[in-house]
Amino acid sequence: MKMFKYVLKRILLMFFVFFVVTTICFMLIRLLPRELPQDKNLADAIAARWDALGYNEPLIVQFGIYLRNIFTKLDFGTSWYIQYREPALDLLLSRLAPTVLVNTYALVFSIPLGILLGIYAAIKKNRWQDTLISTGVMVFVSVPSYVYAFLVQYFLYFKLDLLPLTVYSLADAGGSWFTGKMFYSMIPPILALSFGEIAGLCRFTRAELTETLTSDYMLLARTKGLSRGQATARHALKNAMVPILPMIIGSFISVMSGSLVIERIFSIPGVGQLYIQSIQLFDYDVFMVDCIFYSFVGLLAGIVVDLSYGFIDPRIRMGEK
Amino acid sequence: MDRNNIPKEKFTFVNAGQRISDKKFEDKPIGYFKDAWIRFRKSKASVAAAIIIVGIILYSFLTPLLITSHDATFMCGTYAKKPARVTWLRELGIATGGVKTTNSEAGFVKLNAIAVGAESKDGQVVSMGQAKDSPYHPVLKTGAPYQQEQPNKKLATYYPTTVDTYLEVGFLYVDVEQAEYQKIADWQAQTGLQVLYPLVDTQNGYCFEPEDANFWYKTKGKGIPVSTATGKDIQQTYSEELVLEDNYKRDADGNLMYSQYTGGGDAQTAQLRVRVLYYNYYQYLYGSVPNYLLGTDAQGYDLALRIAGGIRLSLLLAVCVSVINFLIGAAYGAVEGYYGGTTDIVLSRVTDILSGVPFIVVVTLFQIHLAKQVGAIPSLLFAYVLTGWIGTASRVRTQFYRFKNQEYVMAARTLGARDRRIIWKHIFPNTLGTIITSSALVIPGVILTESMLSFLGIIKLGGAGQTSLGTLLSDASTIWTNYPHLMLYPALVISLLMICFNLFGNGLRDAFNPALRGVED
Repeated sequence: MKMFKYVLKRILLMFFVFFVVTTICFMLIRLLPRELPQDKNLADAIAARWDALGYNEPLIVQFGIYLRNIFTKLDFGTSWYIQYREPALDLLLSRLAPTVLVNTYALVFSIPLGILLGIYAAIKKNRWQDTLISTGVMVFVSVPSYVYAFLVQYFLYFKLDLLPLTVYSLADAGGSWFTGKMFYSMIPPILALSFGEIAGLCRFTRAELTETLTSDYMLLARTKGLSRGQATARHALKNAMVPILPMIIGSFISVMSGSLVIERIFSIPGVGQLYIQSIQLFDYDVFMVDCIFYSFVGLLAGIVVDLSYGFIDPRIRMGEK
Repeated sequence: MDRNNIPKEKFTFVNAGQRISDKKFEDKPIGYFKDAWIRFRKSKASVAAAIIIVGIILYSFLTPLLITSHDATFMCGTYAKKPARVTWLRELGIATGGVKTTNSEAGFVKLNAIAVGAESKDGQVVSMGQAKDSPYHPVLKTGAPYQQEQPNKKLATYYPTTVDTYLEVGFLYVDVEQAEYQKIADWQAQTGLQVLYPLVDTQNGYCFEPEDANFWYKTKGKGIPVSTATGKDIQQTYSEELVLEDNYKRDADGNLMYSQYTGGGDAQTAQLRVRVLYYNYYQYLYGSVPNYLLGTDAQGYDLALRIAGGIRLSLLLAVCVSVINFLIGAAYGAVEGYYGGTTDIVLSRVTDILSGVPFIVVVTLFQIHLAKQVGAIPSLLFAYVLTGWIGTASRVRTQFYRFKNQEYVMAARTLGARDRRIIWKHIFPNTLGTIITSSALVIPGVILTESMLSFLGIIKLGGAGQTSLGTLLSDASTIWTNYPHLMLYPALVISLLMICFNLFGNGLRDAFNPALRGVED
């Protein structure tokens, strides 16, 4: 019951923060001067639409209209330049699939590798295998993801000509995001994203596991007669997973926001590219919905990570005294 | 002797005239920071990282002093995107400005013809072999020529060559004023370096590309050299003995024409079209041969200087952010942690809200709203500072919760110390280690995000005098496959900075962590 109350409290707090952030973003974005296109007819049409939608009212009235539209019609505004008169939310949702796909593939690819490497390094602590892995991890964690992207492009496209330079468009890949051809063209961004992901996970796993491996209960387990492998798998690994699992869950939620840089380099038509486009084309309604989306994903990931600690490990149920 | 009744005068003070106090330690005491320093030194990787960081900083400050022929604002558009070329390193075979290419027959002749044209004084054309050792010869190395079948079933010869891309520019048409023309002629006579070369006859049907000043010899078709001595056009192929037939413009008396009047002005300002050997013209304009340690960037700036400027900008920004975050975070976290209760709850909600806004959104909004008024860099700084201190604040807060109820703090309070004194004098020094570590780790974070934001075009830090590493990468991102050095050097510097600062930060963290004291021994 207490847990339930805590969860409720956290969710309410999250919505409060979300509301404040939305308000700030709305005010700052609506204050920006809007620009009309060169085309006279289109400009007149857009100006008339803006007037009808209340864009010329006082700011606070505009905010009221905005909130009313969201709650009654789920209308987050309209795109004026990227896709004329397409609802901004629909535009965003249509860009969600490639972002989520690429990042999910990358996660699915890197999680097992990262954890296995981390476990291996922890077991071989202070031997040459550990030194090798730890050094590699340090390098791979630090080097920015776009450097990997360029290396992947250079070696796998220009030198070996194995993979395409950028992700295929929907039409080229057979009209769906799930075709084999599409997956093939997504391999370069997946690789570029994975290096850092694997290294980060490996470092985290190693740190947690070395800590649990030296705990007193491991000594007890060994004295009871468990072999080193048994004790590691049943006791150390289980306890080490307590902080690792929430982190993985958090990354799965963050796949929605993806990586702006990787999307730009491999021209993935995802959420990040929509964000950049909306800034460049001054499509402020789309920009607004993208901002809201990013804040929401960030807050959601945070709250899910915090709560999953409690679900995974009964010892740290928060809110219980 | 009666022990109970010793006379009073027999008693003397043992330590009379002597101070009774503890002796000073013979060796020096080891304080918190000294201990941290000792343990930091033990970590070889961190020390190496620190040395590399110092090296990079030195590079960024010394390069502008050591490169004297031009500064960071110097730009030469003709020599843009060129690889490294340094005169004295050239002798050793590195930094030659060379690029490996494969040339067709006509292309290979054209390259050689640059040297032939440069060596042919007063229209006396020398043979290909005679021009071979010319300092203007763009071909540095020639591989074994090979034959390949064309789509039209004919065999064609190809020459694998290493070409000096600076000399490859060869001749260019330039429009100058009459006065300038005279100056060039004087400079020519003074230094013995020829800049002005005869103009080419573009009208007689033997000129393949009228705008390309390198076709000074008679060509037909797709730039294939021909000989007209026999009255017929005979195609020629490359050989050492080949003497190209010149296609220079001559006046009615048969004299070579070095300039052509294109319009305007009096004797001083009349516009003249001349044909210059750019390598020498560059020396005339800027006073030295092109020397670029890392080559030139996409616009024609010296890449070595641009990178040095980028490092300075990134580090300056990172250090500013780090220091400001340190100050705000320490003050905020101290108040939060020390007073606790309602103050803590209210302040925590404020940080909750601030950290709820994604950083990328903050940067974008700050750039759009503020960049025009205060400039791109200050508005970027504001964006970093707006949310950057939250991490530091929460760390300080945790430390304060740990220390504020300890006995020594209570003792200080009992002795009448005020809140301010307890916060800064008694608790804060205990949190310093954590804050210094997190401040050091802020630096690579700032460098990384700055480069990413510039790369995405959200912030625009590029300009004549300054640039950022991210802007260099962004400029290179569309053309780097043809000019790998444009991407290689900035990416290398950023990666090195990131690795070193992370190693350095980790070393600091371990050194300042009291739990690890004595673990290694």
